[in-house]
Amino acid sequence: MNKLSAASKAYLLIVFIVLYAPIFYLIFYSFNSGGNMNNFESFTLEHYKAVFEDTRLLVILINTVLIALLSGFIATVIGTLGAIGIVSMKNNKLRNTFLSLNNVLIVSPDVVIGASFLILFTMIGVKLGFTSVLVSHIAFSVPIVVLMVLPKLSEMNTSLIDAAHDLGATKRDVLKRVILPYIAPGIFAGFFMAITYSLDDFAVTFFVTGNGFSTLSVEIYSMARAGITLTINAISGLVFLVTVLVVIGYYFVNYRAKARMGESK
Amino acid sequence: MQSKNRTALIPYVVWIALFVIAPIALVLYYSMLDLSGNFTLANYQNFFSPVYLKMTFTSFWYAFLITFFTLLFAYPTAYLLTRTKHKQLWLMLIIIPSWINLLLKTYAFIGIFGLYGPINAFIEVFGFNPQQILFTDFSFIFVSVYIFIPFMIIPIFNSLDKLNPSLIFAARDLGASSWTTFRRIVFPLTIDGVKSGIQVTFIPALSLFMITRLIAGNQVITLGTAIEQQFLVSQNWGMGSTIAVFLIVFMVLTMLVTGQKKKGGRV
Amino acid sequence: MKQLVQASIAIIVVCLLLFFASQSLESAGSKGSKDTLTVYNWGEYIDPALIKAFEKETGIHVIYETFDSNEAMYTKVQQGGSSYDIAVPSEYMIETMIEDDMLVELDHSLLPNLKNIDPYFLDLPFDPGNTYSIPYFWGTVGIVYNPKMVPKDLTFKSWEDLWDERLKGKVFLVDGAREVIGMGLNSLGYSLNVKDDAALDKATDKLIKLTPNVKAIIGDEITPLMIHNEAAVALTWSGQAADMMWENEELDFAVPEEGSNLWFDNFVIPKTSKNIEGAHAFINFMLDAENNAQNADYVGYSTPNAAAWKLMDEEVINDERFYPDVELREHLEVYENLGLTWLGKYNEHFLKFKMNLN
Repeated sequence: MNKLSAASKAYLLIVFIVLYAPIFYLIFYSFNSGGNMNNFESFTLEHYKAVFEDTRLLVILINTVLIALLSGFIATVIGTLGAIGIVSMKNNKLRNTFLSLNNVLIVSPDVVIGASFLILFTMIGVKLGFTSVLVSHIAFSVPIVVLMVLPKLSEMNTSLIDAAHDLGATKRDVLKRVILPYIAPGIFAGFFMAITYSLDDFAVTFFVTGNGFSTLSVEIYSMARAGITLTINAISGLVFLVTVLVVIGYYFVNYRAKARMGESK
Repeated sequence: MQSKNRTALIPYVVWIALFVIAPIALVLYYSMLDLSGNFTLANYQNFFSPVYLKMTFTSFWYAFLITFFTLLFAYPTAYLLTRTKHKQLWLMLIIIPSWINLLLKTYAFIGIFGLYGPINAFIEVFGFNPQQILFTDFSFIFVSVYIFIPFMIIPIFNSLDKLNPSLIFAARDLGASSWTTFRRIVFPLTIDGVKSGIQVTFIPALSLFMITRLIAGNQVITLGTAIEQQFLVSQNWGMGSTIAVFLIVFMVLTMLVTGQKKKGGRV
Repeated sequence: MKQLVQASIAIIVVCLLLFFASQSLESAGSKGSKDTLTVYNWGEYIDPALIKAFEKETGIHVIYETFDSNEAMYTKVQQGGSSYDIAVPSEYMIETMIEDDMLVELDHSLLPNLKNIDPYFLDLPFDPGNTYSIPYFWGTVGIVYNPKMVPKDLTFKSWEDLWDERLKGKVFLVDGAREVIGMGLNSLGYSLNVKDDAALDKATDKLIKLTPNVKAIIGDEITPLMIHNEAAVALTWSGQAADMMWENEELDFAVPEEGSNLWFDNFVIPKTSKNIEGAHAFINFMLDAENNAQNADYVGYSTPNAAAWKLMDEEVINDERFYPDVELREHLEVYENLGLTWLGKYNEHFLKFKMNLN
């Protein structure tokens, strides 16, 4: 941060405060013995205890994370390959058609996507549950991956590829050693945005799920009529804490490994 | 190279066929059905009634405002993030809040923005009366920007990150002011990232629905809300699909406006 | 490249771990029973302890799934792909489901506890003879208000009080076409189920005059908002009003005397069921006086179970706001299935009203 002026630091600080304010608000009330997000009565851990006693909720939580990671991963693979394919298209019209088709799911409201996927799945005869939810999440995450990878690809300097070819690299090598490393930030961005889409989705999941399979979002939305319990706050708090720790931990392990490699050279 | 790229495209093309073309076909089909399942074009005619035209205008206006403010706050954030020491970590920390359920965060906003919430408590310290924040244009745009800002920051960050600093130094050495450097060097070089950010903000903002009710209290009615209502409340899938068709058309137009004009890359 | 490969491996390993964790947790939960029963209900709309008790008593493993609107539930059940044994729709949806031949006829001999239900709640127009449905909870539509925040002379015994000029910007309405248009119709003395364009036009015109008072039209968030005293008055269902009053003791509830809606949520067995016997056992279990009282206590809505009333807190049962007496009930109307055309008209009028808000 040493390069930043005080004003810049203040700006970033405000951005982070705003981004995290609602989350800290939720976590604050997860310790409320009053049982609601209204008056803070006294400190309690009972809502956290309730999370661990509720096997059904735990299974739902695990399923939610599993679906998010797996669908994000597969969508990233499909989307990245798709983006590479789109960029390499010589025909302008064809390319624009693909790009427009790509974005149809981003602009379609969730109910429309959910309802049409439901019709699609029942027509093909897919049993509703884990598979149908996974496939749907992959489906609506692909376009965001494409959109995150595309700018990196179009920024890429074509002389880089030419140089590699001139040096005798095979096409496979070019992909592995030149293209993928260059667009890696776009790929990671796509993956994380796909996770965001998956974790946030309610309507599509609702329509395509069945046979006892559920995700956290479906649970939360269907609780709205009779009131959302603070157990949900507690579980969100836990998820948040674990995510932050994993991210920071992973980052510094990586960072150190890199630093050490730098030293040995 | 071409044949290789073709095989790489297969899963993507299958995806498009199954999950884009098929749903579009369904939506088109339903848009031409009336309530009793007969073919009709009345839904399209209905779309050109003042109610829906007004709604279209509202959707565009708010989507524009949301995109504008998102860009306004996202660009400096992305720029400053690229200059921090642990920039990748900070970027991750921008994304993580979006992993907490939106409905829960909205409930939190209801508490925070409320008449007796922390914001108004803060205002009262300075001797002002509590302000109505919820159900105003301000709160609606604020929360929308909150939702979309990571989507805007990331592509801009990625474009800025690879920007060659020597270009900036060169410009400054040649006597360009920092504003000129930004306008002539930095911004044009990150335009792809900005366009990508605008696409992932403006397009979904056109069909926003849930927070129009949660945060704007139905004072703002967008096309997305109307589709939701037609499908789930009126159970008029025909009209709902018709609006969806128009949304897709608007999306294609948006893509044409923001699309890359240069010729295809060489990958 | 190395970074990409590493990340991919890490993700796959974590996914495998999660998969096994979920499998082992799930199998520990079901304890190897083959007999399962899938219950499709609103979220937080049953005491989970009762599900456990039912599982213990019968050995049937209950899968509990949730939905957030009648229409969404209808679409899911209609499309199939999942075998729901019990669903809990509201009364107007039951009519549609009967018409579309989606429900199993109930075998009353398997439901001996049906006698516990007060006769007033049986044999209603939406399902004569209770061939397909058993009432679960019931309630009204009325006005929740904070007496400290409204002028003293407003008691909301009449819908007209909502139009009072002193309530400018103080009223929440629930986001439901039938509730809001219905209120307009009721205030003019029409039926809630009227199929008459002139009446609908008049009701909408009257509602448009209400717009200066309307602060927002919202859904289930109305509960936290009223608890936080964000508005003085709200049009909502009695069940949600009870939830609000439980958290915010300042609030009061009134059902205007011109008339209002009487609603029911009911058990039905969809044709998707693969365990019809188990479904009957479940309904009968929930109709048991003791279980029913426990459930009503947990959920906080009004139960139609007369035998359970005897076991419940007298203060609750004698509260006329939530258990209105016979005389008041006469002014209440159950929604009839309007058919899609008229439902569409109600929604158009509602949309017109909403567009006038801003």
